[in-house]
Amino acid sequence: MAFYRSHILVSVDPQCLAKGAHDIIDSLHDELVYQGLIDEIQVLETSRLGDPASEGPDLMVYPEGVHYINLNADDIPFLVEEHFLKGRVVEKFQSTKRAVVDEELGAPKPKEMRVVLSNCGKIDPFNIEDYIAEDGYMALAKVVSEMTPEGVIDEVLQSGLRGRGGAGFPTGKKWQFARQNPGEVKYVICNADEGDPGAFMNRRVLESDPHAVVEGMTIAAYAIGATQGYIYCRAEYPLAVKTLNVAIQQAREFGFLGKNILGSDFSFDLEVRMGAGAFVCGEETALMNSIEGRRGEPRPRPPFPAVRGLWGKPSNINNVETYANVPRIVLRGAEWYSSLGTETSKGTKTFALAGDVVNTGLIEVPLGITIREVVYDVGGGIKDGKGFKAVQIGGPAGGCLPTQYLDYPIDYESLRSAGAMMGSGGLVVMDDETCMVDIARFFMDFIQDESCGKCVPCRVGTRRMLDILERICDGKGQESDIDTLEELCREVGSTSLCGLGQGAPNPVATTLKYFRDEYEAHIKEKRCPAKVCKALIEYVIKPDACTGCTVCARNCPVNAITGERRSVHHIDSDICIRCGICMQVCNFNAIEIH
Amino acid sequence: MDKVKSLEDLKRIREEALKKRQAKNVSGQKEIVVGMGTVGIAAGARQTLKAILEYIEEHNLTDIVVRQTGNIGLDSMEPIVQVSLGEGEKVTYGKVTPEIARQIMAEHVVGGSVVKAFVVQS
Repeated sequence: MAFYRSHILVSVDPQCLAKGAHDIIDSLHDELVYQGLIDEIQVLETSRLGDPASEGPDLMVYPEGVHYINLNADDIPFLVEEHFLKGRVVEKFQSTKRAVVDEELGAPKPKEMRVVLSNCGKIDPFNIEDYIAEDGYMALAKVVSEMTPEGVIDEVLQSGLRGRGGAGFPTGKKWQFARQNPGEVKYVICNADEGDPGAFMNRRVLESDPHAVVEGMTIAAYAIGATQGYIYCRAEYPLAVKTLNVAIQQAREFGFLGKNILGSDFSFDLEVRMGAGAFVCGEETALMNSIEGRRGEPRPRPPFPAVRGLWGKPSNINNVETYANVPRIVLRGAEWYSSLGTETSKGTKTFALAGDVVNTGLIEVPLGITIREVVYDVGGGIKDGKGFKAVQIGGPAGGCLPTQYLDYPIDYESLRSAGAMMGSGGLVVMDDETCMVDIARFFMDFIQDESCGKCVPCRVGTRRMLDILERICDGKGQESDIDTLEELCREVGSTSLCGLGQGAPNPVATTLKYFRDEYEAHIKEKRCPAKVCKALIEYVIKPDACTGCTVCARNCPVNAITGERRSVHHIDSDICIRCGICMQVCNFNAIEIH
Repeated sequence: MDKVKSLEDLKRIREEALKKRQAKNVSGQKEIVVGMGTVGIAAGARQTLKAILEYIEEHNLTDIVVRQTGNIGLDSMEPIVQVSLGEGEKVTYGKVTPEIARQIMAEHVVGGSVVKAFVVQS
């Protein structure tokens, strides 16, 4: 292997490419040949370097670790001569920002940026000293020793942080209301009842970095003037409950919770309350009912929790991720935080990326990133080389966005205008073999099951919508069904008591809007274009491909397949239950769906 | 543990925690970190951790710290084990079954050569 004394890494992410990264590489190569350095210095292509906010094209020189930015091809001869021939760093191109160096080799993919998840997988969640070594509780110390409550609220307002639980209400505003409302006793609540199917962002934070949430809540308590806080965590997260309890205990021992925190006259304590598995308890008023020991049903708003919350006292309720952002904002400043993201949506957001993408899992990306970047750059594209069909953002109350929204930025306003919502961060990618009517039915089934039943539109409306969707999938759809669904969407959405019912029609409404042809195919032609809905498909054996090996017949659970050895087999559609086992076991791809 | 009374106290504790970490690296201590979040546990991290501890016991190894952490973010690669020998670079292994864990222990932690086949590529 050749030995190079130096390596030049040129960023070739799409943005840099658009600005001529390839010209830079060509020019570098020519110049290195010209100067006779080509055997000593290697030019490599890489994905995005360092700070995502920096302007491309940029390159990094190792082993020195010098980061040059805003280059164009004409600068290269000078740069090569100065840096590589004469060994002088060219300051005028050098980035003044410190490149973000990720110690976690391999974990964050390009385009990802870790703020909330920065400690996850790095520290021992059961060891408070590990958290302190990563500047833990420094923000709290800064707050109680140097800042006024108003100052804290102002900092959070300036940062532009918005609620990460879904609705995106500005966090600073929320705190302001809770502070301004008079009351001797106030509460701080953390909503850790993460119930969206396939979402586990909050679990990750609670399990891997529980102190960040404890610290964020303590800062919030200082800001609004509360002395008691509750973390409402679902019982399905036993490990998270354990790490939280250990974290709270350790924080008490160190004096970050309890009386006279860090020697000041501010006192605050925390308690974990476990939910019993009702999805609706993720709704803030139902959650408070549940903490009080009542039935987990929402209350009408207003009055909002900031006015009359837990036990009738002014309360502030935020989600796990929102609180976990707070220490970082206090420590690194509102200006830093607001430099991430878009005009109206600041900072980063974690998403649980699931479905038909290559890399599933948890990601954290700056807001304003496009759906395409998430699916193709972070997610690695669609599995098995299939085509992209839609992405479901925001869980059961979110919407399905089709191909034309691929280049749409992910921020609160854009998603809402498209009919979806940020939600807590579920992001399900669907390939072209997904039936959108079936997806709508799936989410409606979930919502209908979780509806608490307190208000009529949600209780009856979602049941009716589910009935209709099931009928359509069964091939018994009627011409009027689409109109009825649309009407129900409007009614349920506008008259339900809480967010669960108000958001419930979103998956149906968006699939009706963007995939109306699929509904029509199901109803009018009794055909499922994606070949998913069991009542509308038929498994058939291709006579010319079948070898008569009998594998399918032996594996069929209902004996619907007949045929002699070494002769073409036949599936009896009346007996067949469309389980698809024959298709899986056939070695000759002789079975297809009609 | 005395309660932390001021910002200075906290800074001191942080310095101590950092020093502890530093000392571990300088003394050439071997560190094995197992991802024990829900994802890791579901993928079998408990068995992996057990295999590592058993190996250490069987071979009477000393100077090895076995630590837990949460999820590093590569769910599809769980159980994840990270090995660092002294100041050396941290190596991340993915899909570590108990058998692979024993192999890593023998070849990397004891033998000093990275088991390339199971290293997670970025």
